[in-house]
Amino acid sequence: MTDSTALYDIPGPKTRQRHRLYGIVSTIAIVALLGWILYLLFDTGQFTAAKWAPFEYKGIQELLLRGLGNTLKAFAFAAVFSLILGTILACGRLSDHAPVRWVSTLLVEFFRAMPVLVMIFFIFVALKVQPLPALVAGLTLYNGSVLAEVFRAGVNSVDRGQREASYALGMRKTQVMAHVLVPQAVRAMLPTIISQLVVALKDTSLGYLITYEEFLHAGKLIASNLDYDLPFIPVVMVISPIYIGMCMLLSWFANWVARRQRRNPKTEAVDIAPAKPGTLLPGGTPAP
Amino acid sequence: MNVLTDNFSTYGEGFLGTVELTVYSSLLALVLGFLMASFRVAPVGSFRVIGTVWVTVLRNTPLTLLFFAVLLGLPRFGLVLPFEVFAVLALGCYTSAFICEVLRSGINTVSRGQGEAARSLGMSFSETLNNVVLPQAFRSVIPPIGSTLIALAKNSAIAGAFSVTELLGTYKTLSELGYNIVWTFIWIAVGYLIITLTISALFNVLEKRYGVAR
Repeated sequence: MTDSTALYDIPGPKTRQRHRLYGIVSTIAIVALLGWILYLLFDTGQFTAAKWAPFEYKGIQELLLRGLGNTLKAFAFAAVFSLILGTILACGRLSDHAPVRWVSTLLVEFFRAMPVLVMIFFIFVALKVQPLPALVAGLTLYNGSVLAEVFRAGVNSVDRGQREASYALGMRKTQVMAHVLVPQAVRAMLPTIISQLVVALKDTSLGYLITYEEFLHAGKLIASNLDYDLPFIPVVMVISPIYIGMCMLLSWFANWVARRQRRNPKTEAVDIAPAKPGTLLPGGTPAP
Repeated sequence: MNVLTDNFSTYGEGFLGTVELTVYSSLLALVLGFLMASFRVAPVGSFRVIGTVWVTVLRNTPLTLLFFAVLLGLPRFGLVLPFEVFAVLALGCYTSAFICEVLRSGINTVSRGQGEAARSLGMSFSETLNNVVLPQAFRSVIPPIGSTLIALAKNSAIAGAFSVTELLGTYKTLSELGYNIVWTFIWIAVGYLIITLTISALFNVLEKRYGVAR
């Protein structure tokens, strides 16, 4: 049922009227809720000049920009390294040698079953690593394992005939992989890979918890400044649209690639299922 | 080894904290997710908009930011509740967006003829959804919902870092007591593995019991 209209009839005049009523009532309810929140914001004095003035200072703006830069830096490192780790682990899982396969399966399953934060804290606290490498390492281990599963699913879902045909042409194992399976798989996997990178981008905010000086950390510094009358809510109101906007942009890009691909004949041999988060269960959506 | 035996009560408290957080947030996420999923397929336009905005915004919010805003922001409105309640709210709302998407794609897997047949029998939207489509969708969404709840259990670790009683939070107490930090973390990892594997096993049983190969 791709079109949800199968769930209800095309409404007649009376139903349309009723729906309009529901629509109006719910809109009023939402507007009232927003109004109430706005009232609360005004009532608790969140829009006073003192609380918003700090955003006009150059130092504060630079602090925020530096935080944003650090977030993007951590994201870039994590993305590159997890793609590399994912490739290595996927090669391991697709290997013809059983011990290699077992080891990589064990690694992938373990790192996917662990909370990212536990890994980051372990690396930060127990191994006494600096915040940035700890954050990047934690994100890499988790996202790399998830991406390994994505890559494996992608390669496995290329039509069997493609592999058989290449072997019949006398290609070697590596040639089949490099020239036939991977190029087709990567095209089909691209949307899933990008959605997993959105997860990595969102998780860079965990750096805040290990005192990495990223965007949220910069916000916290401003928010806890007594000189500016503790502008906590203004900080949240400035930071969250930027964060959510960045993630939305990346998600939207993933969707765009996916839509483009649905029309592309080059990916016809592959119909990929999204990678499953967590563990051990068949099926699923990109890990939250 | 004696890290666990010496501090069994600390670990137990943290473990129970995580379990409690997971269970309550799962319930909230399932209820909210169900509501939002039915909003997203509803015939009324403004309901669909509400559902879509809810899902899009929450799916793209970093959970740490949500915790930051909820745990430290809401008290500034004079809304003072225990930290656990705030944590359940944040986790539940965040996960509900994912549950909603899972349910919606489950509804999409039910073949079109089912909805059409229900309509031709004169069923209304809610009857069609509740008596015909959702019972069939339920069977195909068991595994992805399991994965989402496992992710929820793992995300509850973030609550621990915001000083809610939780498994990850126990490391602070134990490292102050001077125990070997590596072993502390190994037992924390084992605790999380127990929880995620239990959810996984539970949903495998559900899948065997209710899941139907179509």
